[in-house]
Amino acid sequence: MADEVILLDFWPSMFGMRVRIALAEKGVKYEYKEEDLKNKSPLLLQMNPIHKKIPVLVHNGKPVCESSIIVQYIDEVWKDKAPLLPSDPYKRAQARFWVDFIDKKLFDSGRKTWNTTGEAQENAKKEFIEIIKTLEEQLGDKPYFGGETFGYVDISLIPVYCWLHAYEIYAKFSVEADCPKFTAWAKRCMQKESVSKSLPDQKKVLGFVAELRKRFGLE
Amino acid sequence: MAEEVKLLKTWSSPFGLRIVWALKLKGIHFDPIDEDLSNKSSLLLQYNPVYKKIPVLVHNGKPISESLVILEYVDETWKQNPLMPQDPYERAIARFWAKFGDDKVFLSIWSVFIKQGKDQEALQEAMENLKFLEENLKGKKFFGGEKIGYLDIALGWLANLVSLFEEIIDIKIIDKERFPLLFGWIQEFSQAPIIKESWPPHDKMLTKFQIMLQNKLKLAAAETN
Repeated sequence: MADEVILLDFWPSMFGMRVRIALAEKGVKYEYKEEDLKNKSPLLLQMNPIHKKIPVLVHNGKPVCESSIIVQYIDEVWKDKAPLLPSDPYKRAQARFWVDFIDKKLFDSGRKTWNTTGEAQENAKKEFIEIIKTLEEQLGDKPYFGGETFGYVDISLIPVYCWLHAYEIYAKFSVEADCPKFTAWAKRCMQKESVSKSLPDQKKVLGFVAELRKRFGLE
Repeated sequence: MAEEVKLLKTWSSPFGLRIVWALKLKGIHFDPIDEDLSNKSSLLLQYNPVYKKIPVLVHNGKPISESLVILEYVDETWKQNPLMPQDPYERAIARFWAKFGDDKVFLSIWSVFIKQGKDQEALQEAMENLKFLEENLKGKKFFGGEKIGYLDIALGWLANLVSLFEEIIDIKIIDKERFPLLFGWIQEFSQAPIIKESWPPHDKMLTKFQIMLQNKLKLAAAETN
């Protein structure tokens, strides 16, 4: 039976990007549906009535919500190709821990680099760099967070790379200058087609953030 | 090789309790270490440098933090009495609701408690969240089906803390008429073997939360003066 896979998404969403990358890694054919978050489709409201958020993966009519949960689901369903989580339980626990850390810390901090000003923005910048440095420590000398192969933690983190340009412009800093190891890892990930095809151009993201700032009265 | 399993927790933490339940349900012998969070041990700081929080499971010297992460580790390491469903879709659903419990339900119930049931908006939000959980129990004895599973353990705090809060603020949150399935689940779950024997002492918990509420109210009064 042919699988029907639909992804409800929004092009600048870093959470949506995770799912795009995971599906590409597994070679899954799917229908991409762009949502207008100011005018959510009946399908989105039906498939995610609790949070009304994207991404939502709809697999043979059944919805899976929350990007980290979706990526694990994809790994478990399409298990014959490109394993995303390690097979060892301890390594899996470590991977889940770090994705949870990224979810708890990275995005709020990143957002504050462009939607605050003055001292709050300075603090946001410092905090963001600290978070990246903590992640760099985890990476160590490995090519990817999982070791030799690209996996769950890499997928969960790399989407921030296309947003960095916007963060750097508004908060006036350089991630590459402060975190060269992270940047090297990011560029390595971008070499993969599953990643480069799933992330929008950083200039397009910058334009999107500029629009958001206007809406928040920051421009 | 002899297995060494340590669990860093506190006497009252519902997150630590999740791991106690999981290990006991699987018949795993472990060494419980109760931490004093006002004076964290060097062991805790060494094993969870990122958050410095409990619970931390230490298995043969290797630490795992974050209770939901630990739960899945326990389930994958000791395969007897499986807690997670086998089917990937069921697993995704269980993970979703556990996250919902932690991210939304917990905070909304806490909000009702802290505002002593007087904030209509907080009550409304809590009721809506509980409704989702109520729907989840349709046709099931436990969230996990016939047996206690991952989601029961993840939501287990409801079966203890809610009645404690209700007692302190004298407001019914999980009403038998409004949430018959949830009410029924709380009875079944609290009385289940292993779950029942692991609850922290009631009076001690009551005192703890009464003091917490008093302190919050004092703080709020000081801020408005």
